[in-house]
Amino acid sequence: MSEPRICFDHISKSYGPLCVVDNLDLDIAKGEFVSLLGPSGSGKTTLLMMLAGFENPTQGTILVDGEPVNNVPTHRRDMGVVFQNYALFPHMSVAENVAFPLQMRGVSKAGITERVTRALDMVQLSAMRDRWPAQLSGGQQQRVALARALVFEPRVVLMDEPLGALDKHLREQMQLDIRALHNRLELTIVFVTHDQSEALTMSDRIAVFNKGKIEQIGTPREIYDHPRTRFVAEFIGETNLLQGTIESVDGSQGLIRLQNGGQLSATLADVMPRGQQVFVSIRPERIELKETKTGMNSFAANVIDSVYQGDHLRVQLDGNGNNVVARLGRKSREWPIGANVVAEFQSSDCWIIAS
Amino acid sequence: MTGRATKNLRATLLLAPLLLFSAVFFIWPLMTMMSQAVSDTAVLRILPETAKAANSWDGRSAPTPELKAALVKDLKQATDTQATGDMVRRLNSAQSGFRTLMSKTLSAINGNDPLPSLEQIDPRWQNPEFWRAITGALSPTTDRHLLAAVDLTRDASGRIVEMPPEASANRTIMLRTFWIAALVTLACTVIGFPYAMLIATCNGWKRQVLLAAVLLPLWTSLLVRTAAWFIILQEKGLINEILEGLGLINGPLPLIFNRTGVIIAMTHVLLPFMVLPIYSVLISIPKTLMPAAASLGAHPIRAFLRVLLPLSLRGVASGALLVFMSAIGYYITPALIGGPGDQMISSVIAFYATGSANWSMAGALGLVLLVATIALYSVYARLAAEDPRRA
Repeated sequence: MSEPRICFDHISKSYGPLCVVDNLDLDIAKGEFVSLLGPSGSGKTTLLMMLAGFENPTQGTILVDGEPVNNVPTHRRDMGVVFQNYALFPHMSVAENVAFPLQMRGVSKAGITERVTRALDMVQLSAMRDRWPAQLSGGQQQRVALARALVFEPRVVLMDEPLGALDKHLREQMQLDIRALHNRLELTIVFVTHDQSEALTMSDRIAVFNKGKIEQIGTPREIYDHPRTRFVAEFIGETNLLQGTIESVDGSQGLIRLQNGGQLSATLADVMPRGQQVFVSIRPERIELKETKTGMNSFAANVIDSVYQGDHLRVQLDGNGNNVVARLGRKSREWPIGANVVAEFQSSDCWIIAS
Repeated sequence: MTGRATKNLRATLLLAPLLLFSAVFFIWPLMTMMSQAVSDTAVLRILPETAKAANSWDGRSAPTPELKAALVKDLKQATDTQATGDMVRRLNSAQSGFRTLMSKTLSAINGNDPLPSLEQIDPRWQNPEFWRAITGALSPTTDRHLLAAVDLTRDASGRIVEMPPEASANRTIMLRTFWIAALVTLACTVIGFPYAMLIATCNGWKRQVLLAAVLLPLWTSLLVRTAAWFIILQEKGLINEILEGLGLINGPLPLIFNRTGVIIAMTHVLLPFMVLPIYSVLISIPKTLMPAAASLGAHPIRAFLRVLLPLSLRGVASGALLVFMSAIGYYITPALIGGPGDQMISSVIAFYATGSANWSMAGALGLVLLVATIALYSVYARLAAEDPRRA
């Protein structure tokens, strides 16, 4: 990787005794879409605010294209920010809002007209150019905010939960739209969200935040399939955590003796010694239910509950204290409550997490 | 009775105290003052017969015998001395000399029998000018007070003309009133806007303290505050003492009994009415707009000029309106702090109302002030009208 577009170098931010961002390092490459994902208060928004220049880090340096920007005021950082509440100027029309950053940069009148038209075409709002923001729907306002943040071709686009106020359907549409814009314009985007499915849909990489630190950073696939910590496993999607001890290690495979009886073979992310207390994370959709045992990784269980969810069945199982949830596709067989079944899973779908 | 009617009745009863109060203490006095300004019945009340006879007189030739007879008859029946006094005062203001003429005529009419002719009592009765003064005062309504309020009058032929400059100064005082009000509004804006911004950016106890600093004077009586300024601004007052003590000035600054003092005191008194509307608009502006402007490349000063200032103008406009309207009616502060050249229209109204008992003139000036104020307000209302941006 060449020089990163953005580099957070040992960044800390405290408000009095409260440490919000704790000695954090993060590199973001040019053209990358990175989501900062975490619960509220985990420091993700503060990090974004420091990058935009609204807050100053207590410690550490922020570099953009190799240049420290700690002392560069916001208006000279050349970053487009999209806010959760859109922050459109209510006294300016849609076109005036989009023209604002160009006017601030002394672009010629003709240049402004042309680029505003192009930006509004890009978000399909050309017909609304003379409306006031208050006359637009939430989704339209968000698209204006997007056009305004992109029209001056900033080095980085920062988005602070930009889709939080939209309804589900619109949100999903906007996710794909932003994703498409990112691919087409080769934008570098830093996207803050607390919605894990949003992060999975849109990002090249996801940084999972917890208590001012990054718990794990990786592609959506890595984060979802191979969570490194219990927090990540539980925060991203739904998972079953089974407690146990490492009995033996063979390469990347470990044999785990479960606390509630039984043993299973699982995949190791890091080197771990024998006897270590661990969790095994199994995603509900990776569990199969069978009548009789066919593979190595399985345990007998009893169906406690089965709930129809439209696209899947959610089945609650009791396997002698190993309580797990399975998510069955619509093509699989339906099991009555009380049925005795065998829950089976691949060892590659069992992921070992240090406890 | 239906439920709806009961509801209506209940609502009306709840509103009744308010309606009664405003009718008795607001609408009725206002209507009375306004009708005083244009009503003119002092002469008509005493001379009803003369009014009838006056229709047949052409106003130029010598008065007709019927007219003279009617006047004598009316004067004979005039027993109410106060009403007669009002009539004489009214006639005298139209044509000087009536006071002596009437007292002479009245005593002659009441004393002698048979009556001498009016010309015998006083040769002035031959002069059509005096008769024109009477017939001119017989109409129950008049515009002369309203005209006088703006320094206009009617000449002998009834045309509206300027009053001689030495006769009245109402227009000057009216303009001075608007000028002082404008200066006070400007001073309040210049001081109040940054202060309101400061309050809006503070949080917690700091905001409470800053707000209290505005509100506390508001809860103190106007008279007390003016009296305080009276002491502070004196030649040996606090300000001059401090400035002299610091060696910044050699002699005392003239701060009292002049325009400077009036504007300082009025600005202080009216400042809350500017700060509070601006503050309430400022806190309603989303906090992210200024950061957004900065992220889009706007220098803080440009961001202020392009975003915060235009958005807060609504508050400035309401504040300016409140301050200006209140300032126009100021009376106590200019009277105590100002010099003779700083008196505002209210003191002229007070002079007519309490000093010279000329209620008509006071009413007329009040009416002119009211019309000017309403005109200004309608301009403001037009400017602040329906804005699609706030849809």
